Amino acid sequence: MVSAQTQLIQGLNALAAGLVLLAAFAMVTTRQVQGVLRFLVVQSLFVAASAFLIGFNRGSIDLWALGCIMIASKVITIPWVLRRLLPADLYERREIDQLINIPTSLLIALLLAIAAEFLVGPLVTAAKDPVVQANLPIGMAGLLIGAYSLVARREAIPQLIGILAMENGAFFAGIAIAPDLPLIAELAIAIDVILIVVVVGVLTRNITRTIGTTEASAMSELREEPRSWR
Amino acid sequence: MTRTILYNLIQLLFVLGFAPLYSGVLSRFKEIVQSRRGPSIIQPYRDLWKLFHKDEVVSSETTWIFRVTPYLVFIVPLFVASLIPVLTDYPLAFAFMGDMLAGGFFLGLGGFFAALAAVDTGNPYGPMGASRTRMVGFLAEPVFMIVFFTVSFVAQSTIPYIVQQKWVASPAAFFSPAHILLLIAFLMLILAEGGKIPVDNPAGHFELAMIDESKGLEYSGRGAALMKWGGQMKFLVLTCIFLNVLLAPWGLAGDVQPGHVLLAVPLILLKILLFTIVLVIIETSLAKLRLFRISEFLGAAFIISVAAMIASIFSASAA
Repeated sequence: MVSAQTQLIQGLNALAAGLVLLAAFAMVTTRQVQGVLRFLVVQSLFVAASAFLIGFNRGSIDLWALGCIMIASKVITIPWVLRRLLPADLYERREIDQLINIPTSLLIALLLAIAAEFLVGPLVTAAKDPVVQANLPIGMAGLLIGAYSLVARREAIPQLIGILAMENGAFFAGIAIAPDLPLIAELAIAIDVILIVVVVGVLTRNITRTIGTTEASAMSELREEPRSWR
Repeated sequence: MTRTILYNLIQLLFVLGFAPLYSGVLSRFKEIVQSRRGPSIIQPYRDLWKLFHKDEVVSSETTWIFRVTPYLVFIVPLFVASLIPVLTDYPLAFAFMGDMLAGGFFLGLGGFFAALAAVDTGNPYGPMGASRTRMVGFLAEPVFMIVFFTVSFVAQSTIPYIVQQKWVASPAAFFSPAHILLLIAFLMLILAEGGKIPVDNPAGHFELAMIDESKGLEYSGRGAALMKWGGQMKFLVLTCIFLNVLLAPWGLAGDVQPGHVLLAVPLILLKILLFTIVLVIIETSLAKLRLFRISEFLGAAFIISVAAMIASIFSASAA
């Protein structure tokens, strides 16, 4: 028989899972760059909370460390780096013309969430662990929705945030199914992610300076010299 | 048996009596948060009293629909109130008359006649508001259906009294993603159906921007009072469904002793008061959506409710 404390922690973990999925949907609905970044921070917080809860439940120090790495990288460092690198007006910008409008995007996100449930269904049935039941499908859904926003968004920063959301989803599923993953691997991933952000951030900054836009669709033709030379 | 019928009547009186107070407290809180003084919390009662003592003017161009509608709008929430747990957590005499779907249909009937009456007058603002209300209504309908399907799938029943027991059975059930997503979808539904801020501005008196208010523009005297009271009761009933069936069925009377049933009255009022604070926070921190963004708001509610349904189906098949 499972103790009441374990049950409560599993319940809270399930709550974190629900909110992670909700944050993924919220990122799809938000137009403003700043809003998307804010929902990413919220999602990362819930992912970290889930790592702490599972770590407490299984008595694993590694998962606590992973949660701390998560908070240090996604909640503190990445927003700070992006804010330092990019001009402020980029954050107030809204993506008015999206490739696919928001209700359709939401429906696609829903289909991805359903697909995720189907994909991991056999695994979840085999695992019989409430933590896996909560984390695996929703982590998978977060991954797919992140990949979708990477494809459908036009601005550079929301695309970058799509990558980070994918990483969040993978992390969220990973802490449930592979709690004994070596810490060094996770650390490498976290540093990798920060590096990606710095590289994309610097690139975006230079593109904004020379071309004046960060819309990926507006950069379809190759230019040898900056516009100011003409 | 006579006792449960009596309690059912007490439930109706509760809804009837406290609905104006609820709307009064809500608007007063909102005024306080916006650092204004605002009217007293019993102002809605005074408004109703005043309206009941005024003469009623009915246009000669209107048909019977216009005259019948206020009574329908007034009666319909009372029907629903007799089907849902307002004060007790065991089924009362009328509980098996209809399930949650019946409640939804009753509320839909009231809304349908209110829209018809608004068109009936020929006032240009009435049909405009009616068509907008219908737009919000048909976008809200699928959300209601999916929420209802999910709830009845999880509880294996469609009677609200039985549904409420399932969520609180264990913390795992209470915090399950399905339950949380369902709550958020239903909260968004309440905001849309009650004409609250992200969808509609209840304090606005500008005809071109009205959604919910414009249906009652042509009513005066007793008709206006009944429409107003009916709207307040509808919102209280929706709140009771949200709080007592979906969110937190605590504080309800557990046995048939009259003392316990009466003790449930202040407990439920306290719960509604806490919910009022949440509503005020939502209403003051959000801006009203533009009309064509409402479809995005309710679309999001629909997506969330379907996600809840999927999560509950898969977690049930895994367990």
